[in-house]
Amino acid sequence: MDLLAQYVMNGVMLGLMYALVALGFTLFFGVLDVVQFAHGDVLTAGAFAGLATYAVLVHAGLDAAVPQLVLVVLAATVSMAVLGAVLGRVLVMPLKGAPPLNVLLATLMGGTALRECIRLFYPGGSQPQRFPALLPSASWSMGRFNLRLDNVLMIAAGVVLVVGLSQVLRRTRLGLEIRAVAQDEETARTMGIDFRRVVLLTFAIGSALAAFAGVMNGLYYNEINFGSGLLLGVIGFSAAVLGGLGSFGGAVLGGFLFAGLQTLGAVALPFASAYKDVFAFAVVILLMTWKPTGLIEEQLGERV
Amino acid sequence: MTAARAGTRALSAAALAAVAGLLLYGFLATESEKTVGLMLLGAVIAVAGGIRSGVLPRLVAAAGAGAVLAGLGVAMVVLVGVFHDDPFVLLLMSRALLVLVACLGLHVQLADAGVPNFAGAAFFGIGGYTAAVLGRGDLPHPVVLLASGAVAAAVGSLLLLPLLRTRGHYAALITIAFGLLFRTFLEVNDTLGGPQGLKLAGLRVLGWSFNDDRQILGVDFSGYAFYCLAAITLALVAVALVRRVERSWIGLALDAVRLDETASACFGISIGRWKIAAFTLGNALIGVAGGLSAMMVGFIAPNNFTFQESLVLVSILLLGGLGNLAGLAVAALIVIWLPEKLQPIQEFRYLLFSVLVVLVLVLRPTGLVRRTSRRPFGSVAA
Repeated sequence: MDLLAQYVMNGVMLGLMYALVALGFTLFFGVLDVVQFAHGDVLTAGAFAGLATYAVLVHAGLDAAVPQLVLVVLAATVSMAVLGAVLGRVLVMPLKGAPPLNVLLATLMGGTALRECIRLFYPGGSQPQRFPALLPSASWSMGRFNLRLDNVLMIAAGVVLVVGLSQVLRRTRLGLEIRAVAQDEETARTMGIDFRRVVLLTFAIGSALAAFAGVMNGLYYNEINFGSGLLLGVIGFSAAVLGGLGSFGGAVLGGFLFAGLQTLGAVALPFASAYKDVFAFAVVILLMTWKPTGLIEEQLGERV
Repeated sequence: MTAARAGTRALSAAALAAVAGLLLYGFLATESEKTVGLMLLGAVIAVAGGIRSGVLPRLVAAAGAGAVLAGLGVAMVVLVGVFHDDPFVLLLMSRALLVLVACLGLHVQLADAGVPNFAGAAFFGIGGYTAAVLGRGDLPHPVVLLASGAVAAAVGSLLLLPLLRTRGHYAALITIAFGLLFRTFLEVNDTLGGPQGLKLAGLRVLGWSFNDDRQILGVDFSGYAFYCLAAITLALVAVALVRRVERSWIGLALDAVRLDETASACFGISIGRWKIAAFTLGNALIGVAGGLSAMMVGFIAPNNFTFQESLVLVSILLLGGLGNLAGLAVAALIVIWLPEKLQPIQEFRYLLFSVLVVLVLVLRPTGLVRRTSRRPFGSVAA
């Protein structure tokens, strides 16, 4: 029982991280009908931006944990929001109306460029970097279940973000505009919505979420790597597609589903736990074969 | 055909092959990075000028594509003779040719049938691992190479149903997921060597070991010379095959499926059948190239088959101009050789290629070279 609780805890942690990435994909797909595949590398860049901020803070002699944490998260999210908007402006918007594969390839290559920049130009970027433990490390043990305070804090922050985003989309004017553009771009324009502003803001929000997930990833594993975003990006995209691209609930569901599959593959199935990703991706391929439009369909269904 | 026309034909083909051979020779022989850069610049200007002024297309038309291909084959064989004892150059030539074959496979899938495949390196790896496992046994090695292609095609057939039910981003995601799955699988699978990979026996045909250096007529040949000849043969066969397929009614059906699925279904073309055919043929080509490449290098590991490498293959396709075989060959040569010849950019090659591809996609979405459309009733000149 206590071991099960441990797995559930880890699964929830991963699921939340994946859901944050998947939400970005869903937002972008909603407003522009494109897949922004540099998203995973934006996540890595966010984590590295946080790490660099931390190094600067330590150098400047600021070693209180709480301001450090706040500044690291702030620097990562704000810088990635800007980067995301720039990527949207120079990489995705000019390709509006191009064949979907062109956009996919352009963003994949944009992501590669970002990844290579981190590897080549961040000091020691080609090696895995230690990520500082900025959260309190207290923990309570109940049998074999080890409840760690930092995990609880991260989960709480993640939940606040997801709920907050859904409220923003549902209740604010910006959310209304984003939903309007997602539903019908032309009508939205004729209603006086500044299309470009909405798209760029959406890219900023989505990328900030990815940056947050990147910092979370670093805090959880205590290590970040220039290539880790690629896998997280593909997982996030798989999650978004599984849930149904363009659907908010679907992205969250897909994220938790993927984390569940990984955990299941690691503990409950009769093969070595190293095969957990193989298992998870195989199930993703099978699920997509079974339901190509995802588990929850976008309001206006698109034929894939 | 009159004797005079046959003469012009042979002469034009020989002229083209000679120029191409000289260019390749210069590029391969030079050691200085400055010369490489200057040569590249010169070649680009010459080719662009040749195309603009109409000399190059006219020469190609006069020779006929088959003769040009044969001429290029002869030029490559001559180059093998020239560099007979320089393993580095021979290895470079063979690698570029094998990558070209793999790209031809992708070309059939993406440029002809419109099926995306972002797991090219994975299928290359499947071919390599098949060669590694079967090559230890008693099977004759040519059969092993064919088996590499067959296994790659068979593994690819697992993806057929998912690919047929999806398209666009979704189909691309399936191949990306498969590529990552394959690599993770290799890394954790101990029978296939895990992250350390496997060693391979060298290619051996009728008792002739390709790995040994030998003397022929008093000239020392590096073992790679024979691999290079094998790669030339494979590349020529692959190019001829792909061209045949494209010019036949199969190619017509593939074009129709790519351009408009609904319309082709209305005309009774089975979309599923042609997508399956193209995907399978493509994977088989990639697999054979992977098998030969693994035997030549003598060692394979999961790290050779990353997602990054799959992206490089797709970029070659795109940089060459989707659907353009000549462009594809040039792009493969440049992408594989340039980083080796220009050491300073070696470290930055992925960055460079990715930025280049992004620029091409944003600035010239139709590709570097415009795709020519099919002329149903024979070309005008003929």
